[in-house]
Amino acid sequence: MHEIGDWFQRLYETTGLNFSVFYDAYDWDRYFGGLKMTLLLSVTTILLSLMIGAVGALLQGSPSMLLRLPVNAFVVVFRNTPPLVQIFFFYFGLGTMLPAVEAAGMRVPLLSNVQWAIISLSLFAAAFNVEIFRSGIEAVPRTTLEAAEALGYTRLKAYVHIVLPLAIRVCLPALNNNLVNLLKTTTLAYAIAVPETLYAVKQIWSESQNVFEMMVVLLATYGILVGVLVWLMHRWERAMRIPGYAR
Amino acid sequence: MATSWTPDQPIVQCVDVRKSFGALEVLKGISLSVKKSEVICIIGPSGSGKSTLIRCINALQPITSGSIQIEGIEVSDPRLDKLALRRKVGMVFQQYNLFPHKTALQNVMMAPIHVLGQKRAEVEARARALLAKVRLAGKEDTYPGELSGGQQQRVAIARSLAMRPDIMLFDEVTAALDPETVKEVLVTIRELAEDGMTCLLVTHEMNFAREVADHVYFTDRGVIVEHGPPEALFTAAKDERTQRFLSQVL
Amino acid sequence: MKDAQAEHRLAVLLPYRPMQARMSVRIGPLAAAILCFCAIMAASTAWAQTGPAVLSPLQVIVKWSPLLLRGFAFNILISLLAMLLGTIAGLGLGLGLLSEFRPLATVSWLLTQFFRNAPWLVLLFFVMFLVPFQITLFKTTIPLPDWIKATVGFALPVMANVAEVVRGAVRSIPSTQWEAAESLSFTRRQTMWLIMLPQCIKRMLPPWMNVYALVAMSTVLASIVGVSEMLTLTAQVHAAEGGRPELFAPLYGFALLCFFLYCYPINLWTARLERRFRIR
Repeated sequence: MHEIGDWFQRLYETTGLNFSVFYDAYDWDRYFGGLKMTLLLSVTTILLSLMIGAVGALLQGSPSMLLRLPVNAFVVVFRNTPPLVQIFFFYFGLGTMLPAVEAAGMRVPLLSNVQWAIISLSLFAAAFNVEIFRSGIEAVPRTTLEAAEALGYTRLKAYVHIVLPLAIRVCLPALNNNLVNLLKTTTLAYAIAVPETLYAVKQIWSESQNVFEMMVVLLATYGILVGVLVWLMHRWERAMRIPGYAR
Repeated sequence: MATSWTPDQPIVQCVDVRKSFGALEVLKGISLSVKKSEVICIIGPSGSGKSTLIRCINALQPITSGSIQIEGIEVSDPRLDKLALRRKVGMVFQQYNLFPHKTALQNVMMAPIHVLGQKRAEVEARARALLAKVRLAGKEDTYPGELSGGQQQRVAIARSLAMRPDIMLFDEVTAALDPETVKEVLVTIRELAEDGMTCLLVTHEMNFAREVADHVYFTDRGVIVEHGPPEALFTAAKDERTQRFLSQVL
Repeated sequence: MKDAQAEHRLAVLLPYRPMQARMSVRIGPLAAAILCFCAIMAASTAWAQTGPAVLSPLQVIVKWSPLLLRGFAFNILISLLAMLLGTIAGLGLGLGLLSEFRPLATVSWLLTQFFRNAPWLVLLFFVMFLVPFQITLFKTTIPLPDWIKATVGFALPVMANVAEVVRGAVRSIPSTQWEAAESLSFTRRQTMWLIMLPQCIKRMLPPWMNVYALVAMSTVLASIVGVSEMLTLTAQVHAAEGGRPELFAPLYGFALLCFFLYCYPINLWTARLERRFRIR
């Protein structure tokens, strides 16, 4: 670890390229904290958006207009408005309306900026997931469902054992895309001062005056994060592939 | 509405079955019966309502009026226990409709495990035997997409048989197949019939109907025009419509 | 036999297709707009408790709407310029992707991947901080105001996305077209410009419009780097009205509504084009 720090220190002294994060413990801690926050945001929003999306898709397929209409409105509104404005609307608009709570002798908002970022980003991505899941379910031919019915499957069992396993395979590529997009969108939490990677890096470059170097670090960081997510999703896609089943 | 049914009575009893899609009446009073171990073929031109009838028998579609009883269970009863019905009735489709994400063996095993809650080990042994019976031993771990149409259709037959039905319905099961694979499926059905399985087939394979069926029904435009033993129907049809149809297809 | 098998496989699962088209039937734009507006109004009911001396949220919005809408128009302007720049550059990059000259194709691929996978906000920072505030060309100094730099920042991801659109469209044209053109002794460049691209335009239009809707919604990011577009103005209006917390929801709701009324019709139109082109 020391050698790396020394190397970057020498690099700074000889070339003037100041990658302060790699030798300055304070900058490194800030950067690493930002990275952890980005990971926390990504993982929680991905999981939440998948759950909300699945529930939404289920409701959208229900025969009741009363259930379908709100889901449709939700999808249409969240898909066609800027996610940043959504975050502001939630954090400032709704956040200030909620009662404050007593915590450690101080009055603090009921939900923190991190929590609001997670809520609004999850809803944003979920609006897309609803559509993706729905189209996956609809891509399963009616006749396959009929065959299950003829074998005595109930509707629920047919969904669990036949429709969903097939639907998930159909929508994986689109889902893959949307989740990568969500990872990139977590940067918007910067705007409500969530200390994620972009926020941390900006603080570092304002103090250490190394915009160019930190920009390289920033782009590399997101490049790697997106790369890892894409790799994971592709592995999943491959694992789910059915032999003899061309798409 | 399970009335007192005894095994000597017909397994399927249709009485004056009518079925409409909106203003279009596709079944106009069909009556037929299938006794145990009988092989019944329904033939007739396209659009004569054959497939609709067979789908109604399995409660995939509701009938408009009339009565269909399977071993005394009234299919049109709104309180129908569909599971009880479908344990008795197996169905094979024109498009096979195998579950593409499961292997041949898993396709056969799924319903007994999920629907009947049977033990995996027992089901697996029976499924392997069934696949061997339809001459697909060695293809257990192959996925449907890797099988030919004829092979897929035989897996579909094994899949239905795994539920131990009392009667098998075949809905134009060879219509989507290549000519050379039709035969392997027909051989499988013939073997089933020889084992004493009760079969109701909608088919275009006239030679098969002639050789294997105990009784043949000719339908046209939603009614049964004529029926009888195959030899009589194929060689000495009384109705002019039957004669015309047979002269076209034979 | 082999063919028949392939056909059976295809019959098993229908391909994935985006579902925007269906939505248009279920919920009309007007109904959605009304819903959206109701949400804002519901959020602003908290105002009822305050005294009569201050303006109601609705009055505040009406009072400032000329300024806010001017800000929104600025967003649109930025989005159109970014789209124009990005499309021109993206067309070039897309042709680079399709180039038979390997190094060019590789470089184009790297650029496309880089600008497609980096977050928009990071690219915006990238341009804002690393492009100088003025450039000197042939001894004349051209100042580069923030909003121009922001436009360039948005044009970069547009370029990469358009390049992908171009590549996808050209690839979707059957290779027999290339063969036919070659047999008529067209050069590669002639084939591209006279045969492939004209056929592609129709295929490219819906995804291209999707990219545009994305840019339009992304222009609000410019507020983070200090461009006085709608979101910046919204915050200023809020401060000018005394920073009352109950004004946040209606004001940001108004911004949501403006973008919704602009982007949703584009979305519907895109879906309609997609449907129409699919049938042909």
